[in-house]
Amino acid sequence: MTALVLLDHEEGRIRKSALSAVTAASQLGDVHVLVAGDAAVAQAAAAIPGVTKVLHAADAQYAHELAEPLAALIVSLAGGYDQIIAAASAVGKNVLPRAAALLDVQPIPEVVSIVDAETFVRPIYAGNALATVRSFDAKKVLTVRGSAFDAAPAEGGSAPIETVAPATNPNVSEFVAVYLSDSERPELESARVVVSGGRGLQSEEKFHVLEPLADKLGAAIGASRAAVDSGFVPNEFQVGQTGKIVAPELYLAFGISGAIQHLAGMKDSRVIVAVNKDPEAPIFQVADYGIVGDLFEIVPALTEALN
Amino acid sequence: MKIVVPVKRVVDYNIKPRVKADGSGVETTGVKMSMNPFDEIAVEEAVRLKEKGVASEVVVVSIGVQQAQDTLRTAMAMGADRAILVLSEESPEPLAVAKVLKAINEKEQPGLFILGKQAIDDDMNATGQMLAGLLGWGQGTFAGKVEVADGRVKVSREIDGGTEDVSLALPAVVTADLRLNEPRYASLPNIMKARKKPTETLKAEDLGVDMTRRLTVVSVAEPEQRQAGVKVGSVGELVEKLRNEAKVI
Ligand SMILES: Cc1cc2nc3c(=O)[nH]c(=O)nc-3n(C[C@H](O)[C@H](O)[C@H](O)COP(=O)(O)OP(=O)(O)OC[C@H]3O[C@@H](n4cnc5c(N)ncnc54)[C@H](O)[C@@H]3O)c2cc1C
Ligand SMILES: Cc1cc2nc3c(=O)[nH]c(=O)nc-3n(C[C@H](O)[C@H](O)[C@H](O)COP(=O)(O)OP(=O)(O)OC[C@H]3O[C@@H](n4cnc5c(N)ncnc54)[C@H](O)[C@@H]3O)c2cc1C
Repeated sequence: MTALVLLDHEEGRIRKSALSAVTAASQLGDVHVLVAGDAAVAQAAAAIPGVTKVLHAADAQYAHELAEPLAALIVSLAGGYDQIIAAASAVGKNVLPRAAALLDVQPIPEVVSIVDAETFVRPIYAGNALATVRSFDAKKVLTVRGSAFDAAPAEGGSAPIETVAPATNPNVSEFVAVYLSDSERPELESARVVVSGGRGLQSEEKFHVLEPLADKLGAAIGASRAAVDSGFVPNEFQVGQTGKIVAPELYLAFGISGAIQHLAGMKDSRVIVAVNKDPEAPIFQVADYGIVGDLFEIVPALTEALN
Repeated sequence: MKIVVPVKRVVDYNIKPRVKADGSGVETTGVKMSMNPFDEIAVEEAVRLKEKGVASEVVVVSIGVQQAQDTLRTAMAMGADRAILVLSEESPEPLAVAKVLKAINEKEQPGLFILGKQAIDDDMNATGQMLAGLLGWGQGTFAGKVEVADGRVKVSREIDGGTEDVSLALPAVVTADLRLNEPRYASLPNIMKARKKPTETLKAEDLGVDMTRRLTVVSVAEPEQRQAGVKVGSVGELVEKLRNEAKVI
């Protein structure tokens, strides 16, 4: 069996969750990867051990990984594959269901475990239940959750690179612009430590209190929906059911109450620390270590204590 | 321009879902059901486009059991003009829903479909993309901002690293993310008025759509529960535990 993995990338780098998708695909059989746009990324993809072929879609229409042309391309290539797989990233979630519909396949999103070639486990209801589902479709279309599979190593392989012919572009969409937050910090979804803030941070200015602590721990910064909705931080910081799913070694939650939608995004972290002034806050039910108190005193003290 | 908004009836987001004892699914009987929160945002956006004069009519559609009528009424109380209920078993798969919506498109010919980005029960995040694929239209998923002008729709999308703007030819499909707007509450007079708004009831079979499931649920289980840990009295104690007990710093 051979799987085709859509390897998505940002600013010339392969997304870490896409490397996790390669690991998931290799549990099923041979792995080919598809890189849209950036030739340097196609080169890098060839070095991933376990990848036996890189398909490079060099045509300009693929440069921004727009769903409409990219899904059409995947459909044109799908004949040779048993599975089409991508990370459950913004790109994977945008492109794969569209390709699946064109292939008359019901996609299986956010797979966290592969039982066999037909059977997959995925969380439902904000992770409050795990459904094991079997697919009757001849071809499987899956997105996989990065936090559930180790990333494939970046070096060691040497797969051939083949340039693929463009498919007919439906020509209904145009890329206009992208605004990426320029951060020196690690990527939220793959960081070893995440420092997260909620409504308890009170304002955009006060949210900065978390930064020296994050610097000290080499951590990414995350947030609850309430903090994002209140404008303390941009949307890409949101952790939860409808934001990013993270599973770092250490997750520190400050001024976050612990709604199920937030827990859905972080409860698989190895160690959870919660700081909240309300001793009854539900976040304490999942925290390994909790401190009841004012975060505006505790955060600076903790930063200091790590010196 | 007409806008069609598909709305799904789901377990209310305030309810903690419970897995059925026989492992066949999540308990939905006797549980409070509401409109999927993302669909409230989708309805709000459509109603605002109508209030701005961009849209002429807002039609809401639900595919599911008879009780989805309540969800449609809520949408009409928020300002949708009329509703279509397509009867099928509860919670059909996105592929089947997309096919039903494609049939609705033939009947209604809207300029825009606005869906929620994901339903909070099955968390598939798929239906809008699939509908756009079947129709061959552009898709503006995870929308944080929507502007209609000159026969196109510009959508600002929430992506992993920030935001992305795309421009789509109309007709198109948009899926609503959390920051698109804050949905209004239906006022009592509007709830009363909604009762007089028309609902057309169809059957999925009548639309010629094959609703056969492609996935079968083998089992549904509770995930491993995390045990609550300890509360520590000081920052010093926390650092000591993180270093020596958890060995994580
Ligand atoms: C469809 C839908 C999707 C959602 N998706 C997500 C999602 O992906 N992610 C997400 O996070 N939420 C999501 N939510 C929202 C979720 O339900 C909660 O509303 C949200 O997580 C609350 O954020 P919070 O904990 O920061 O705020 P609150 O619940 O208001 O909690 C603030 C906490 O801060 C504490 N606090 C205040 N001041 C201090 C202080 N000085 N020191 C210490 N503690 C203090 C308070 O005691 C309180 O516990 C979603 C909701 C819906 C309906
Ligand atoms: C009570 C229940 C019973 C189930 N039974 C089975 C079963 O027996 N076998 C099985 O394999 N699976 C079953 N499932 C799973 C189910 O078939 C689907 O996988 C799931 O409901 C579809 O995903 P979603 O709604 O999360 O779609 P998403 O793609 O996340 O939905 C996105 C958007 O699409 C629109 N939308 C989606 N569905 C509808 C709808 N019905 N009407 C109008 N608009 C809609 C809304 O705008 C929504 O915001 C069941 C699920 C539930 C909740």
